[in-house]
Amino acid sequence: MQNIHLRAGILSLIILTMVLGIWEVLNQAPEQKEALTEYEMLMGGSEPQARVPNPSEIGLLAVEELSDPFYDKGPNDKGIGLQLLYSLKRVMTGYLLAALVAIPIGFLIGMSPLMQKALDPFIQVLKPISPLAWMPLALFILKDSEVSSVFVIFICSIWPMLINTAFGVSSVKKDYINVARTHELGKLRTALLVILPAAAPTILTGMRISIGIAWLVIVAAEMLVGGTGIGYYVWNEWNNLDLTSVVFSILMIGVVGMILDLMLARATKLVQYVE
Amino acid sequence: MSHYFLNAQGLTKSFPAPRGGEPLTVFENINFGISESEFVCIIGHSGCGKSTILNILAGLDQATKGVVLMENKEVAGPSLDRGVVFQNYSLLPWISTLKNITFAVKSRHPTWTKQQVLDHSMKYIEMVGLKGAEQRKPSQLSGGMRQRVSIARAFAIEPKLLLLDEPFGALDALTRGMIQEELLKIWSQSSQTVFMITHDVDEAILLADRILLMTNGPYAQIAESVVIDIPRPRNRTDVIHHPHYYTIRNHIVDFLVKRSKELANPETRVIERPSSSGLRYPPEINPATGSIQEITHPNTNEDTTAVKRNVVNLS
Repeated sequence: MQNIHLRAGILSLIILTMVLGIWEVLNQAPEQKEALTEYEMLMGGSEPQARVPNPSEIGLLAVEELSDPFYDKGPNDKGIGLQLLYSLKRVMTGYLLAALVAIPIGFLIGMSPLMQKALDPFIQVLKPISPLAWMPLALFILKDSEVSSVFVIFICSIWPMLINTAFGVSSVKKDYINVARTHELGKLRTALLVILPAAAPTILTGMRISIGIAWLVIVAAEMLVGGTGIGYYVWNEWNNLDLTSVVFSILMIGVVGMILDLMLARATKLVQYVE
Repeated sequence: MSHYFLNAQGLTKSFPAPRGGEPLTVFENINFGISESEFVCIIGHSGCGKSTILNILAGLDQATKGVVLMENKEVAGPSLDRGVVFQNYSLLPWISTLKNITFAVKSRHPTWTKQQVLDHSMKYIEMVGLKGAEQRKPSQLSGGMRQRVSIARAFAIEPKLLLLDEPFGALDALTRGMIQEELLKIWSQSSQTVFMITHDVDEAILLADRILLMTNGPYAQIAESVVIDIPRPRNRTDVIHHPHYYTIRNHIVDFLVKRSKELANPETRVIERPSSSGLRYPPEINPATGSIQEITHPNTNEDTTAVKRNVVNLS
């Protein structure tokens, strides 16, 4: 009866080892049955066939890439860390801009039933649009692939934050509002001292959903616009037929996404309160 | 114009008819007055609109008809002059006990220094016996402690009128008794004017100078105002031995069990509608001596300032 964290950790390790082990064993290069004829050798028969890499190969590449993640040897050869930073920069810019817009508008919608009714049709139509569908329009109007990808992040992060803020603000308990009213708090002080802390857990939940979506979308956006970033890196390595790097970068996308989510989960915990 | 500190005149609350339904009038033509430093309780069955009356006094709700005058000024909205203790405490759960109180004190005295605010707040925390718990969040306090914080918050802003909405309703009997006595102690030191809703007859007799009795809703009214002449200081153990205690108690219980229903029935209703010459305040009744004082209040637009009292003896 050890503690559950330890036992879960051990179980995770066992599952990981088994999956990797089976993958490694089943995914061996086919052995040559007989010596190649001279003709076959001339036709490239001795070249290794492209196949999904083994965990051991990916591990070796990971060690190599992560030992020098920030090198820059021209547009087609940059370290994985550098590529991730490009992507993170875009995500953060679009995401923070979205927060600056979504949270005040969400407050407005949450506090005013009139604004809620007036803006609802726009939100309902704009929300289900795939963020990548905006890309051609963004490229045409903004005339810059970098700015366009930031815009795509902006437009996909805005909705969960907007909707959660509006919901959080509109469902602040009447009691707290009455406390503000009986203490003659002004509109701004009520918003900052009462409504914001009361709605903060819901707002942060919206921000957590948004960062997840933004990280999903940036990979696709960078595959389209190219140049730099982790999405471009994946596509570039596919074009190079370097599947080891493709698998490695997929893994890195997952790890970074997890870290982003953990950070927002921490922040949510900080503003959580027990009634 | 009036000798009362607070006047509620002709208060009516009705809700428009929902589609296909009847309009609902919760209460109608509520008149009463509260003198300065007086402790007034209001008792009535659920649904007669007690909480709505309290919210109207607080300025949190509006009456359909009628006005509330405090110091002859109309109550138009919430104000720091009227402190409210809500039934469910309504503490802000994301800040500590101390901050719940400093927040109120800061609103009351925006020009005070940090130290002044802190000293003032700590005085009231000590007064309700919560010293040592001031850094805890409300969720880390028991129900009784939370209600004390709420009371401390209301007293700390030193309002002219304190409104208590069934403050002890959610507490167990032992805790309730303790906090009632604490409330009495604090009240006697501060001589606050208090208006309190309760369901508990014994609590009302222990605390109040007068008890307003409400008939059942809809169309609820205040039928009478019972004067509690048991001398102060009172405490829970001695008050029940006072010769007037059970006379008063029986009178109120009889009202709640029988008369509140009879008076609400349109056929047996005996409360007169107001005459045009003046507002009719509920008669002040002392069940122990049997005296009834009819109180009619002249309309505020008339020159007469006196409140007419006719003393009638019941026996």
